[in-house]
Amino acid sequence: MVTYKTKGLDCWKRAKELRDRYYKDYKESPSRGGLRWEGGAWSFDAIPQALEGEVHGLSEEPYGASIAHDPELQVRYQEAAEGKWGCARDLCSYMRAYWGSVALNEYAFGGPWPHADFIFQNQICCCHSKWLQVADEIDGGTTPYFCFDVGVGPYDKIGDRQIEYVVAQLYDGIAFIERVTGRRIVEEKLIQNVYNTYRSNCYWAKTCELNQAIPAPLDEKTMFSLYVLGTLEKSSQAIADFYEKELYPEIKDRVANKIAAVANEQCRVLGDSQPPWGFLRIYRYLEQYGIVSVANLYTFSLIGWMKVDNNGLLVPYPTLEEQGITIKDRDHALRLLVEGELKGKLMWAPFYGATYKNDLVTKIAKQWRCDAAIIHLNRGCEGTAQHQMQLKIALQEMGIPAMTFEGNMADEREFDEGRVMRLIELFVTETLGLKKIA
Amino acid sequence: MIVAGIDVGGKNVHVVILKDGARAAQGASATGIQKAQAAERLYEETLRKAGLKREEVGCVVATGSAGKRVAFADACIADAAADARGVNRLVPSARTVIDVGAEEGRAIKISPHGKILDFAINEKCAAGTGTFVEAMAIALEMSVEEMAAISLKSSTSIPMNAQCAVFGESEVVSLIHQNIEKQDIAKAVHDAIAGRIASVARIVGLEKDIVIIGGMAKNEGFIDSLRKEIAMDIPDDPDFVGALGAAEAAAKGLLEEKVAVKVVGQEIVEGGEAS
Repeated sequence: MVTYKTKGLDCWKRAKELRDRYYKDYKESPSRGGLRWEGGAWSFDAIPQALEGEVHGLSEEPYGASIAHDPELQVRYQEAAEGKWGCARDLCSYMRAYWGSVALNEYAFGGPWPHADFIFQNQICCCHSKWLQVADEIDGGTTPYFCFDVGVGPYDKIGDRQIEYVVAQLYDGIAFIERVTGRRIVEEKLIQNVYNTYRSNCYWAKTCELNQAIPAPLDEKTMFSLYVLGTLEKSSQAIADFYEKELYPEIKDRVANKIAAVANEQCRVLGDSQPPWGFLRIYRYLEQYGIVSVANLYTFSLIGWMKVDNNGLLVPYPTLEEQGITIKDRDHALRLLVEGELKGKLMWAPFYGATYKNDLVTKIAKQWRCDAAIIHLNRGCEGTAQHQMQLKIALQEMGIPAMTFEGNMADEREFDEGRVMRLIELFVTETLGLKKIA
Repeated sequence: MIVAGIDVGGKNVHVVILKDGARAAQGASATGIQKAQAAERLYEETLRKAGLKREEVGCVVATGSAGKRVAFADACIADAAADARGVNRLVPSARTVIDVGAEEGRAIKISPHGKILDFAINEKCAAGTGTFVEAMAIALEMSVEEMAAISLKSSTSIPMNAQCAVFGESEVVSLIHQNIEKQDIAKAVHDAIAGRIASVARIVGLEKDIVIIGGMAKNEGFIDSLRKEIAMDIPDDPDFVGALGAAEAAAKGLLEEKVAVKVVGQEIVEGGEAS
């Protein structure tokens, strides 16, 4: 058996610092005269972050995932959402965890629930716009709220009409933010934020592309901790710099020097949807068989912008610098921002049909040289769980063994660990024919 | 060569002893709560029946949901793996295996060599299992066998929509209150579980030949309902197939392959963190 060199990431500590600082800044912002806003990981944070003065956002999905990472906390928050607000268990489990946190007046990073000054949200999946509307109702119902629609079609159907539709809403959003905060959106900051957004998204995609190498320089469990920064504040200088100047060069170097994420890599698997956050040990278990999870549409493109090139291959979306574009003014910045999100965020495409999901994921399976697929049938996220069974069939038809297991990204009550491990073991040992290796 | 397979399921334990490839003896008993002891007792009893001593058995392989509780077994294999091997021995032409036991209903797609190509299992719910039928029999105040027999007399089709044993029971109670004949309710229960199992089986495709095994394969009422959806064969002693497959695994020297070697994958990071 081949054994590769391996080592921890040099930039790991920096990634942790950025994340910790994000949640701390949100909490402490008012004490420094700063503003706070809530929105989704998919929201266009470049806009509210362009406000004059200090401003910090709280990104809803990663906050829900942070809660989910602690099984005791997640159940307490889920029960609070159900008990106090009677919310149904088939709703988004991130959302329920978030609502529970608000209902209990607890911030998962310490202290009472930090009220936002305004909400700036976009709507793509079935619950995003209602998520923060209800969260605010639980919190007292006084927070100014703005939501805009980005459900204008998949990446290959985006034209001027679709871009104009979203840009027009963003102008309304800017007027709203300036009105409710009494501060103005600074054009220079906005332009810089758009440059940064492109750098964060494109360099994460470039980093994911490097994982096509054998051995894979990154395993998916580690990638979870890296893509999160982009879901928090992709428009920030520090985060864009991290992706472009720290992570990407380091991973490039790992590929050049064949430094593996997992020393005994012998089988590369593809994942789908968010994982059950409280049970990431599944990935370590797989490593006992030399299995490395190397690819996942969600993990790649929640923030990573990609495109399908003329050869039908998935490639990173070009940065503004690579496109030779210099942003001229506010309008140009907004149009570029919208264009990047609508054309580059392939993650949204499966919302428009199984064909998109099958097409993109089978491309990933080929290009990232996956030997098998382990699909988490995620009861906690209806959006990402769409078409998963069709995907399984599509993968099997191209000769990739695939298994599914039921779970929930943020509600451990819907995850039977013993049973899931039994299924995975069955798949690994019987279907894939792998043995535990030293 | 003498080998043994032990299948410790949710309700019953089955033992099969093979001597030079032929079935020397087999036995079954209720598992109860003390599963390890039940397995031990039945194993001893089956050995006695075969006129064999423990030390004469070269290899014991356990399977089933409590297979890992059999401390004296040399190895434990997954129940679906045992099913695949057992069916491959009995019906080499089988490509789809449906196994409905007390606590799980599953479908397995197998290769001509008995390799598992795909599988689907009813998820975290009793509604596709023997336990569901048992609960409904209790609600109807009769044994599972009586319920199977009377359901065959019914020609009425009553839809049962409940997807779980708890709601299923209240639905049965509701039908009783509506003065629906017990035989019709019994058939409704079997139709419901058959529909659920057929759905699971369709996930892996229904490539012929299709074989059904497990304790529920002996339930005539359920089989009658399932046959309306899927044409399938039932081997002799369908509830012993898991144990037979485990014995096959022991005989084919799979033991060595299954021995887990300690492994420590090098951790790239101190541990991932939720986004």
